[in-house]
Amino acid sequence: MKKKNHNTIVVPQPGPRRFYGQGIPGVKLDELVGKLIVVEGADGSGRSTQIAQLVHWLETSGHATVQVGLKRSTLVSEELERAQEGNILSRTTLSLFYATDFADQLENIILPALKAGFIVLADRYVYTLMARDMVRGMDEAWLKNVYGIAPVPDAVFYLSVEAEQLVQRNLSKNATLDYWESGMDLGLSRDVFDSFLQYQTAMQNAFRELQKTYGFTIVDANCSVDAVAKELRKKISAVLAAK
Amino acid sequence: MKTFGERNFPGRLIAVEGLDGSGKSTQIYLLKRWLEAEGVRVYFSEWNSSELVKSATSKGKKRELLSPTTFSLIHATDFADRYERHLLPLLRAGYIVLCDRYIFTAFARDVTRGCPPAWVRGIYNFAAQPDLTFFFKADLEVSLKRILDGRPKLKFFEAGMDLRLSADPYESFRIFQGRILEQYLAMSTEFNFNIIDANQRVEVQQGIVRQLVSQRIDLSLFKRESPLPLPPPLKVKPKTVELEDDPAE
Repeated sequence: MKKKNHNTIVVPQPGPRRFYGQGIPGVKLDELVGKLIVVEGADGSGRSTQIAQLVHWLETSGHATVQVGLKRSTLVSEELERAQEGNILSRTTLSLFYATDFADQLENIILPALKAGFIVLADRYVYTLMARDMVRGMDEAWLKNVYGIAPVPDAVFYLSVEAEQLVQRNLSKNATLDYWESGMDLGLSRDVFDSFLQYQTAMQNAFRELQKTYGFTIVDANCSVDAVAKELRKKISAVLAAK
Repeated sequence: MKTFGERNFPGRLIAVEGLDGSGKSTQIYLLKRWLEAEGVRVYFSEWNSSELVKSATSKGKKRELLSPTTFSLIHATDFADRYERHLLPLLRAGYIVLCDRYIFTAFARDVTRGCPPAWVRGIYNFAAQPDLTFFFKADLEVSLKRILDGRPKLKFFEAGMDLRLSADPYESFRIFQGRILEQYLAMSTEFNFNIIDANQRVEVQQGIVRQLVSQRIDLSLFKRESPLPLPPPLKVKPKTVELEDDPAE
């Protein structure tokens, strides 16, 4: 067994970096020497568990990490939360509110951390935001323009879990299904259980559609936590070595 | 990009644009008063006024948390909220909607702040074009004088201080406004701005505005079934009373 000491710490090699679209004015791409790893998936897909394990693994391997997620910005997270509680925003407004939240975290956390050489773990990224809006009938080209501010991550994992399995995991954890995660605003069904299944299936289809453009890795997350973790580590190790 | 009329909306949207101090708000207010008196169903909407988004915007501004990107996105959020919840239903219902600033304000300001023009325009492409846009073009010095004469306390973003053009807010405001004016003028043909010389007297400008509105829009189509009752005509001429500060004047 290889003994771990400071000599074995992998120094991540900078790879080519670009924005999906127009990017953020004034940002120098070659300064973003850190790595951006994204974990996508529905609630109950094991995202948080996997990210917690990745943080532990990366930090013990000698890498500095930073975590970001949706609705965590200083600028608008409270207001966004409040607006959602009342469900009073229409779709373009909600979409742009989320985009503002993302941009604020991008400029204040993600980009500075990448500049400082951190490994940024994103608990969801623009793909979830786009998929949600696509399911709500918004124009894909419009969304691509808005999120043209996003840097292309070094790795994106979509934890794919069957809708039936998600129901079980959500119920065993919270004993209820979340209003938004069930897509209740769409009026698919008045029954939250039916709505959840329909909505999550639609979300999976939207992700498959986005996968064609963005080429992220779809991970079968129906299997055990350890099996998923092992696959993620293998792929991230390759990213860090810039292979 | 199509106007509301071209998109077969029964309503019509009239927008005014111009620099701070160009007198555009006065002109749209007078237009509103006239249309109301004509018995037209009219609604007035101001830039940056959505209740929902306001708290985030004002926090961002007060604490200087906004970058060009988030400044742009949060104003787009505000606009989308007003657009989807007020403008669209009113235009569907056959109102004449008056907007003090429309998407061109964002095109001019955000691009001046350094946002890519195609990105900003793409964000707002869900919005139809106004049926009529007035651009109030005053000499830069005239608009600056109107704003700066009172030596107001210029707000950070209002003065464009985020662009680090000058450490002096007044100087920064001058440079910033000058650049915004350039942006406006560059898009005036593309978006069919009706340019009004804002160095003229208020009444002269309003006369032109009213004439253009009645030429372009058949106002009889927008009248209420029963116009708002007007006060009965006065039989006796009232005694003239000198009032120093009558708020109604």
